[in-house]
Amino acid sequence: MATVPRTKVKVKIPTLGEERARVGHPGPKNPGSELGRFGAYGGRYVPETLMSALEELESAYEKAKRDRKFQRRLEELLRTYAGRPTPLFFARRLTKDLGGAKIYLKREDLLHTGAHKINNCLGQGLLVERMGKRRVIAETGAGQHGVATATVCALLGFECVVYMGTEDMRRQELNVFRMRLLGAEVRGVDSGSRTLKDAINEAMRDWVTNVRTTHYLLGSVLGAHPYPTMVRDFHRVIGREARAQILKAEGALPTAIIACVGGGSNAIGIFYEFIKDKKVKLIGVEAGGRGEALGDHAARFRGGSPGVLQGTYSYVLQDEAGQIALTHSISAGLDYPSIGPEHAALRDAGRAEYVPASDAEALGATTLLARTEGIIPALESAHAVAEVVKRAPKMKKSDVVMVNVSGRGDKDIGIMRESLKLDG
Amino acid sequence: MPLIFHKKPALVVYVTCGDPDLATTREIVLAAIEAGADVIELGVPFSDPVADGPVIQRASERALKHGTSLAQVLKLAAEIREQAQSTGLIVFSYLNPILRMGLEKFCKVMRHAGLDGALLTDLPVEEAGQYLREMRQADLATIFLAAPTSTDERLKRVAEASTGFVYAVSRTGVTGARQQLAGEAKTLVRRLRKYTKLPVAVGFGVSTAEQFAEVGEFADAAVVGSAIVETIERNRGREAAAVGEFVGKLTADQ
Repeated sequence: MATVPRTKVKVKIPTLGEERARVGHPGPKNPGSELGRFGAYGGRYVPETLMSALEELESAYEKAKRDRKFQRRLEELLRTYAGRPTPLFFARRLTKDLGGAKIYLKREDLLHTGAHKINNCLGQGLLVERMGKRRVIAETGAGQHGVATATVCALLGFECVVYMGTEDMRRQELNVFRMRLLGAEVRGVDSGSRTLKDAINEAMRDWVTNVRTTHYLLGSVLGAHPYPTMVRDFHRVIGREARAQILKAEGALPTAIIACVGGGSNAIGIFYEFIKDKKVKLIGVEAGGRGEALGDHAARFRGGSPGVLQGTYSYVLQDEAGQIALTHSISAGLDYPSIGPEHAALRDAGRAEYVPASDAEALGATTLLARTEGIIPALESAHAVAEVVKRAPKMKKSDVVMVNVSGRGDKDIGIMRESLKLDG
Repeated sequence: MPLIFHKKPALVVYVTCGDPDLATTREIVLAAIEAGADVIELGVPFSDPVADGPVIQRASERALKHGTSLAQVLKLAAEIREQAQSTGLIVFSYLNPILRMGLEKFCKVMRHAGLDGALLTDLPVEEAGQYLREMRQADLATIFLAAPTSTDERLKRVAEASTGFVYAVSRTGVTGARQQLAGEAKTLVRRLRKYTKLPVAVGFGVSTAEQFAEVGEFADAAVVGSAIVETIERNRGREAAAVGEFVGKLTADQ
């Protein structure tokens, strides 16, 4: 199979963060600093009304991070409620079928609510308790983050409003009902492409209005500081477990780790513990959609350039005038024009590589995984599986690849049925 | 710089450029000036206006449908400047179109067009280092937002970074008309005065002559945005005349 061509984008880095130097903070060489910079990316670009709330959130998070009681309670909920640790499973038949590297699956799809999203929701939920707020809002694309948020709000007794594009509500009907069943109010968003980006816009408008009483439970490593850092930290557990598990199973670190990247929370979660292990290849898979034209995909590193969207400076799919482009993906969770700033930095530094997988490749990978291993992945995670399908046959039998199966496919059964047209 | 507030309260008028088209925007702005507007905010339509309510969202969508761009808005500004030498003209935009153009070029073209300054909704003072340097170098005013939720420390920084005037957001929320102006607007202006001698304009939700007069009791200027944009939306074919009448009514008691 041919490798997917990737164009090298020349990056001119604006030095918007130079204010840092003036106030004596460390420069952009300090990824994940308290200023929320990953190389040149990240930062905090929001209307003034939200700035104090972000400062409050940052300070609450910094305190919680050092608080053993908070950490113990989170660990306990992850274990007894969410179902951690998740298994690392050796995919024997898939490995044999592809005839190359040994493939392991990190089974985040087995978590309560069906995806990794619950890790972050439990973490932020406990923070909301600490901050004394009672109302939580969230955006959702595929509905996985919305369901996880509604779940945690039910668990901790918060009022919950979830914004969702009407196109996504149509695609992910089942998750809309699940959220309502859990007591959340789902508000349809009918602007723009009626998908994740527009849901975030509307959630931000709600937050600007109700900021004093409301916490915005953002679902990915996106948005203004501290979100990209905080959400990553809540997902680091994926990589911590995976590292111990693969060392136990193989006695060595993996050759490569593959994860799908919408905003990039499951990917950064599994990557993070391996960033310092330079020999471990980190591969993020973006939505290649139905074609290479702007508007037909959500591959930010193929067609995007640095810009500011919804609070953070990162790669953005945009036109010549700086207007944000429409995107397309069969998977609602990857259908977003920007990408977490830490991924932008990892990519520019050459530490991680990002490739697209098309709608068709994701569907093919779904079928293959279902029939070789009896696991139906979410269409998002199927993009990661699609990359291992391309890559594993070209690797040595002694190579080991870990794929993060970030969510399960139940929510996508309707789309799969429409697209796959299986007989017999 | 003609960012001078002649009357009290002075009237700052916001329009979304390119709604319904740029030629009409020009007529609307000239009519607003004729009817008594002191400063014009030329709104650059953006695909993802997170700080705006439904009225300005709809206007932005209409303007973007036929491709209104920052470059076109700056060109329009130059044309307006030829006709109106003593009115303040500022650009009101989200950050990304400006980043895409490049800060240096943006400032150069603004200066060339005879604009007086800019307000970037999603650029807080923390991230404004290079912007401030480029704008100062081009002798352009940098107007920042102050919000009721801003801490005193933040208000101080906002006041220090602002030139021309400071824009006080009347209440938490997006742009759009309100039945009543919150008491917090008055409190915010009072808090701001501790840190600045610059004029303070109050915006977000000012839509009637009564509210305009009310703002005049505690602030130097009032910004009227969504109410203007709604007037444009409701008066297809006679936008400029309708805005002129509306502005005339707002300032009738002065």
